[in-house]
Amino acid sequence: MAEKKSSNNALMMTLLKGRTFIVLIVLLIFFSITANNFLTVGALLTVAKHVALYGILAIGMTYVIITGGIDLSVGSVAGLAGMIAGGLIQEGLTLKFAGVTLYFSVPLVVIITMILGAVVGALNGVVITKLNVAPFIATLGSMYICRGLANIRSNGATFSDLAGYEGLGNTGFEFFGRNFMGTMIPVGVIILAIVAVIAGIILKKTPFGWHVQAIGGNEKASKLSGIKVDRVKIWVYAFSGLCSAIVGIIATSQLVSATPKTGESWEMNAIAASVLGGTSMAGGVGSIGGTIVGAFVIGVINDGMTMCGVTEFWQKIIRGLVIIVAVVIDQFQRNLQAKMALQARNENK
Amino acid sequence: MAYKCPEHVFLHADHISKIYPGTKALDDVSFDLLKGKVNVLIGENGAGKSTLMKMIAGIERPSEGKLYIGDKEVSFKNTTDARKNGIGIIHQELSLFPNLNVYQNIFMAREKTIGKIKLDNKTHIEATKKILKRLEHEIDPNTQVGELRVGQQQMIEIARNLVADDLKVLIMDEPTSSLSQQEVQVLFKIMRELTAQGISIVYISHRLEEIMQIGDHVTILRDGRYVSDADVKDIDVPWIVHEMTGGEKSYPKRATNVDWSKVENVLEVKNLCLPKAGGGYLVDHVSFELKKGEILGIYGLMGAGRSEIFECLMGLHPEHTGDVYLEGEKLNIKSISSQIDKGFALIPEDRQAQGLVQTMDIEKNCSLSAMKNYKKAGILLNSKVEGEKVDEQIKDIHIKVADKKLPILSLSGGNQQKVVIGKGILTEPKIMLMDEPSRGIDIGAKTEVFDIINQYASRGLSIIVISSELQEIVAIADRVMVLSNGLKTGEFRGDEIQEDTLVLASYKGHHTQNKEKEN
Repeated sequence: MAEKKSSNNALMMTLLKGRTFIVLIVLLIFFSITANNFLTVGALLTVAKHVALYGILAIGMTYVIITGGIDLSVGSVAGLAGMIAGGLIQEGLTLKFAGVTLYFSVPLVVIITMILGAVVGALNGVVITKLNVAPFIATLGSMYICRGLANIRSNGATFSDLAGYEGLGNTGFEFFGRNFMGTMIPVGVIILAIVAVIAGIILKKTPFGWHVQAIGGNEKASKLSGIKVDRVKIWVYAFSGLCSAIVGIIATSQLVSATPKTGESWEMNAIAASVLGGTSMAGGVGSIGGTIVGAFVIGVINDGMTMCGVTEFWQKIIRGLVIIVAVVIDQFQRNLQAKMALQARNENK
Repeated sequence: MAYKCPEHVFLHADHISKIYPGTKALDDVSFDLLKGKVNVLIGENGAGKSTLMKMIAGIERPSEGKLYIGDKEVSFKNTTDARKNGIGIIHQELSLFPNLNVYQNIFMAREKTIGKIKLDNKTHIEATKKILKRLEHEIDPNTQVGELRVGQQQMIEIARNLVADDLKVLIMDEPTSSLSQQEVQVLFKIMRELTAQGISIVYISHRLEEIMQIGDHVTILRDGRYVSDADVKDIDVPWIVHEMTGGEKSYPKRATNVDWSKVENVLEVKNLCLPKAGGGYLVDHVSFELKKGEILGIYGLMGAGRSEIFECLMGLHPEHTGDVYLEGEKLNIKSISSQIDKGFALIPEDRQAQGLVQTMDIEKNCSLSAMKNYKKAGILLNSKVEGEKVDEQIKDIHIKVADKKLPILSLSGGNQQKVVIGKGILTEPKIMLMDEPSRGIDIGAKTEVFDIINQYASRGLSIIVISSELQEIVAIADRVMVLSNGLKTGEFRGDEIQEDTLVLASYKGHHTQNKEKEN
């Protein structure tokens, strides 16, 4: 009888582990029935295009949450990155002392923006590790600072024409917001896939990735095992900043204009996607695959409900409920896991 | 049919079973809790001692069986229920609030109030002072508990139960595992006072010599079943060990015929000092050396500076002074990761808080320190090499695992400890620092840990072992250094290593303070 119960537990566990994926399938079926044209390649690629933005943010966020931290600044950093990229294309970089204005080619603009994003993230990491500020507070601070900087860059205005000029050699910025070379696949989705694969490999297949997971599981034990905890954390926040900058570039490119409002409250979507994907807010547990599925669940709910004509206000309520239920199930899974570990321990004896 | 406890029995547990999913932790065990006696419960880890006590303290409910107090059947839904019947428990793992101060901890959930609303902290503080004085641990009631040493915290835990005036039964689950010899004696005195007042004590411990000293009646469990019980005056340690294990077992005595004066030094430490906040030293000009393949024991009371020496050597206290030479070369101790690279390995004192990453599996816990050396293609983890190394370690130090991908918490305490040791060994150290390596594990596992220590020492690994258990340190060490109050107060080798000489030396530092630094 005990055996039957234990196999029941194992089945339950498999179901629980795949729950977000199951939810995603159920949602797809549900909306394909309730909303016309939902289950078409075109509609799904549109969903993917939306998902790409906070999906990439959520990848960086997942790393941060696995270390036991949080990064509230991702939306603002995306906004700031968009303004930096937009400004460099439209206005160039004016060096007052030399009296010249430099214009960079689009690849250079992208690289500069990504580096700046990573630097902002690294600064978050330094404040958290070296100055001992709680991650919530440190990134809450940088959230405001970056939003302020984004507004200061243009005095609150929008850089509205990012098409670039042939003569200045900086055309082609809209590439990141379009579909890839005549296919129907948005470039943002391809970038999401690339970032996800790289981040997934680093997390599960490199010593660095395991160090990230160990720190969230038990920071003290990690330190005593010789892991350079501070250094790993700074890299993780830098990576989150880098992801934010990439998102800033894609979002700006999609609109072919940069506004300082870009990315407002996107950090919440990123956190929600991570948590839905099974990342534990207590740290130590999480996967990139899970986060991507989580991001798609949010995306499908958002776009599906819009297509069904559900108002934005109700959408918010449903999104909130989904997140809470996800965490409740997460707790349930953890309890079951602990029970199964205890069971294995008793059997080992 | 109602049951009536005999006059000398306070509580009777009748045919108790506890079934967890897949296993029977307790199997039809009956137990008499004798009034005003020290009832000792012994058995190896997993024998069911703690489980049985959890039923009596209301933490868990039996799957089968009943509890009787007097002629009444009782059933406890929770600890509050049990406490109403005068039953208090001191847990194996401390359950204090590190963020609150001493008196807040002691009066948690039984606060005295003025007019039902305002906390009566004056009474709290007075009562706390009184009770700590009785425990011979006069700690300021306003100290935050998190700042106290583990031994002191244990005293707070005991004090917490003593303030209940209607206490009838006190269950102590391994209360001495982190206490020094001196503190244990204080605790025993308290226990005698309590029993003299008619309070019954249930005492769970792995330290057999203590049981012979304090116990009145012994009950032995093995694999969830009752084995035997007897009055302590009728039995001896070998009998207990025999009943517990079902066979003969004892500590392995280390016997080597090495002439240590001819062996080269691996480590030399000169004038190591660690200043204490607010003046004085935690480690006070300590010098020692360690030979290749030698086992050096460090003995001392709580707060003698034992763990702090390890922490200095591992680079956790950059503010320390003094010179450290590894194989004749002076070390510039920067960080723990560089110390590990240089050949140091630390097996920390607190397995759960400092040793294990609970969210990871057995394999990853074992390879955590060394995995950065197992790389392919520049950054990728070479999981094949990693797996082989871990398998090797599992075989080498006999870690009992069904599958190394199982969660670390699926292992017993002893096997968890072996994983932590394996993690240290995988970094291929020259020197292994082991802080209380046998704390909280059963006799069988202890013996195995000693075997590991002996085995690696004979292969040339130099080992420093901190232990509070005299018998252990006498059995395992080639040489013992005694610390007291931060000072080195003695060094013994060979036949000089005797329990009484070690204890004597461990008090010296408190007298020589400020008089002579060199000893």
